[in-house]
Amino acid sequence: MNLTTDKSTFAGLTAQEIQQIEAIIDHYEDNNAVAVEALNIVQKQRHWISDQCLCAVAELLQISRTHLESVATFDNLIYRQPVGNTVIHYCNSVTCWMLGSDRVCEHLCQRLNVQPGEVSADGEFTILPIVCLGACHHAPVALVGDDLKLALTEDSIDEILGVKHRG
Amino acid sequence: MARIEIDGELHTVQDGNNLLSTCLSLGLDLPYFCWHPALGSAGACRQCAILQYRDADDQQGHLVMACMTPVQDGMRIALTAQQARQFRRDNIELLMTNHPHYCPVCEEGGECHLQDMTLLTGHTMRRFRGQKRTHDNQYLGPFINHEMNRCIACYRCVRFYNDYAGSDDLQVFGIHNNVYFGRFEDGALQSEFSGNLVEVCPTGVFTDKTFSAHYARKWDLQTAPSVCVHCSLGCNVAPGERYGELRRIVNRYHGEVNGYLLCDRGRFGYDFVNSPKRIRKLHIAGQASCSVTMATDKFHTMLQAADGVIGIASPRASLEANFALRALVGEDNFFLGLDDSEHTLLNAIHEVMRDGGIHSPSLQEIEQADAILILGEDVTHSAPRMALSLRQAARNAAFALASKLHIQPWQDAAVRELRKQAPTPVFIASICSTRLDDIATNTWHGGPEDLARLGFAIAHNLNDAAPLPAALNEDQQALAANIARALRQAQRPLIVSGTSCSSLAVIQAAYNIARALPESAPQLAFTLPECNSLGMAIMGGKPLQQAFAAMNQGLADSVVILENDIYRRASTQQVDAFLETARHVVVIDSLQNNTTEKAALLLATATFAESEGTLVNNEGRAQRYFPVYPVTDPVRASWQWLLSVMTDSPWAHHDDLTSACAGAFPELATIVAAAPGADYTVEGCKIPRQPQRYSGRTAMHANIAVSEPGQPSDQETPFTFSMEGTTAKVPPAVLPVIWAPGWDSNQAINKFQEETGGSLRAGDPGIRLFEASGTQSWFNDIPPAFQAQPGVWKVIMLPHIFGSEELSLQSPAIAERCPAVCALLHPLDAETLAISDCDTVAIRDPSGTLIMNMPIRIEKTLPPGLLGLATGRPELQPLQSGMLVCLHKSDPLATDVSEERS
Repeated sequence: MNLTTDKSTFAGLTAQEIQQIEAIIDHYEDNNAVAVEALNIVQKQRHWISDQCLCAVAELLQISRTHLESVATFDNLIYRQPVGNTVIHYCNSVTCWMLGSDRVCEHLCQRLNVQPGEVSADGEFTILPIVCLGACHHAPVALVGDDLKLALTEDSIDEILGVKHRG
Repeated sequence: MARIEIDGELHTVQDGNNLLSTCLSLGLDLPYFCWHPALGSAGACRQCAILQYRDADDQQGHLVMACMTPVQDGMRIALTAQQARQFRRDNIELLMTNHPHYCPVCEEGGECHLQDMTLLTGHTMRRFRGQKRTHDNQYLGPFINHEMNRCIACYRCVRFYNDYAGSDDLQVFGIHNNVYFGRFEDGALQSEFSGNLVEVCPTGVFTDKTFSAHYARKWDLQTAPSVCVHCSLGCNVAPGERYGELRRIVNRYHGEVNGYLLCDRGRFGYDFVNSPKRIRKLHIAGQASCSVTMATDKFHTMLQAADGVIGIASPRASLEANFALRALVGEDNFFLGLDDSEHTLLNAIHEVMRDGGIHSPSLQEIEQADAILILGEDVTHSAPRMALSLRQAARNAAFALASKLHIQPWQDAAVRELRKQAPTPVFIASICSTRLDDIATNTWHGGPEDLARLGFAIAHNLNDAAPLPAALNEDQQALAANIARALRQAQRPLIVSGTSCSSLAVIQAAYNIARALPESAPQLAFTLPECNSLGMAIMGGKPLQQAFAAMNQGLADSVVILENDIYRRASTQQVDAFLETARHVVVIDSLQNNTTEKAALLLATATFAESEGTLVNNEGRAQRYFPVYPVTDPVRASWQWLLSVMTDSPWAHHDDLTSACAGAFPELATIVAAAPGADYTVEGCKIPRQPQRYSGRTAMHANIAVSEPGQPSDQETPFTFSMEGTTAKVPPAVLPVIWAPGWDSNQAINKFQEETGGSLRAGDPGIRLFEASGTQSWFNDIPPAFQAQPGVWKVIMLPHIFGSEELSLQSPAIAERCPAVCALLHPLDAETLAISDCDTVAIRDPSGTLIMNMPIRIEKTLPPGLLGLATGRPELQPLQSGMLVCLHKSDPLATDVSEERS
């Protein structure tokens, strides 16, 4: 991993990404505060943040890449490794855990033939755990892409995966 | 003051502190991790839980975190209540679930805060049977090992490294139970204070890599109080030895000087003591071997035969050794052995400190300043530990605002949030950018003349009577007025200057500013080149150039050089001529260098780790250091070599020399009191250098002889090379090791302080030699502005923490961190020369003779017309500040310097 900062400015970012990030810098008092939003902009098209992108964003925001990495690795929804087109975040906090999050994970893994963190062979899915999604009264739940899916059962999971595959 | 009830007992305590700090100040044992007296409270680890009761009738109480709870008059708390003890025990059990079980093979073992706290809470049985999370470790450079599996996530490391020391290459990554403290990628930690992680980390995540290379347990190390010899600040250190080898340096708390923290040069520079360049044999030119008797006889004969003996003193040797030399050669033949410019600067600084009437602050006082002007210094490189103090001072406006908002000063995160709203005025006027620029409200760059002129202008703005430089431009006038206003409005203004610019005018301008500040109590701190520079200025002596002249004129034909590589002080030609003219050259030193090579008689001397002496730091504080372990034959302390040839000397012991030195110089009159003398005992016993658990004494020499040798005796200090005796209740100046029952780590220091983070009980060590008195007249020798001349560059030597100091450069870890030698040049100058970064230039003297070829680094903050080079690097020896040189782009195949010369 050679990460010496490329001098051809913000190497790896597209002109559109740079423009979008620059447009929001003024919304914040401090460039450190732009970090999450800037990473989201970059992740939107690419699905994940490579080392090169992370360094480029840090350079663009004139903040330390170490600090930016700290933010990126703290945020559950910023991915620092390649993920599938749809990331399934199953909740494993206490209520979902009591009501079967382990079974949800197991079923997902079996259906997609992956382990949490891996990308399915067709490049479609990645399964990751996440902390409480705030829907404990419908546990167990998962965030599938941008959609919150409630009261998961094996059947409903199959349906979600099927729909996703078809869609 | 507040009255509080702790476990049923009434205590009167200071208002405004938190309960954890207060309990520790009272001597009570309360476990903690994330809190550190230098870092304040974070409330992250939940380890210092106690019960707080609502009122006198409340029997139940509720749990609070002591570190986050302020003292309030009349409050009732309990440390020992069952509920609190259970909470603390459970908390540590959780913290320990991921911690390895391998204390016996962990380097922290035996001085581990986590071990201490675990035992203190009574968590002695592990129930967790699950898997432990594990991490990969990183390469962090030559100073620090990384072992993340030991982490308990207290966050102290990043709070120290980022918030306290201001660096940004160590961070916390991840979330939940899976956090990682490290760098973005493998590589040396960039902070000049990274070594403090070793002591700040409560467990073994960050350990001393140089110590690993020759590891011993804390209880197996022989230790004595010592003083750092790698800059002028005189930080207190505790070196540890085993098997005749110096193994490491740790901090020795001093409430006024270094507090809890050292710089990396001070912590890792020690290995020069073990260097292959150490002189361990005596040498007489032309003879194969030399015994102590032969050497002493030879020394004696040389002195007898000499027609005038010049003594060259040393700013890195003790007052006593220098005084012995002065006594041997006589006042008239005593030369300070500094380069001429440094000699003048030190004399000027000494006069200002003695007669200027301006207070010279300790580092602790520097931390209290509320407006700061740094004139001509890159403090991180010239006096590193002071930079850390200045960085804390830059928070003082935030502390003042916090107080207005009723935020406690120890609420660390809250106070740090205020920083942007309340910047402390910090002005840095320097040659080029400095490592403190991020705390500066303004920075300004100029050559030494222009820095001095700015200084004179500030002084004039403060007081009309101070002279005004002619022809200042509008920017300079506005800046001077701005700085003057901030200093005038401050309660505790501070001016920092020093010798780095090699400019007398800068020092005089700094004094004018301090003098011009009315009413308020201005403070003026100077950074100096070496550990006893000020001591030598006080003792006084002639300039080195006069020694050369005296030899030349035949006024003397012999020379005794004390711990001084004079090739670092004058041109090679001059020194060569001087040493070749001399009939007898006696050199006393500890490491081989260019000067020792020329010795007709070379006497091997002890380093700071094997000898005793008194040093005067930049503040004017005389401090005593003691031998950590005995020297091995035929090495002797410098003062012993010198006394051995003084036949009619009234002095037999080191204490005699200290007393005589105190008697000879009124300014040094109080140095005897810097530490107790050799006759000091505790209950009739000397103070042991070895801990009571010191192991292997009967066996450690068994490979040489089976019978246990007697312990070496020590007639010169209050210490013994043994474990017999007690260290309880000895004064701080002679406290060899920081340890208290149940507190094996260095954090045991809270048992020795008046209050946590305060002064040591019975007083912080050392004696201040000056208190502000008198006044000097305005300095009015204002230099004209620097004018760059086409085709000619002025050399300016810039100090660097790694490489500029002679002794630490011989420590491999420090050598590894030395930047590559290069010359700094302004972009316009680079353009003129048609060169870009990393190109090589030929540096020639004005007559066109090549001095050397040197790669260039373009530095946009360096003023045009200057050529910046690193101070003290042997490769750059032919170049000195102020020299005028010509530059030409070199042919990439340019011949090597030496070739062209020959």
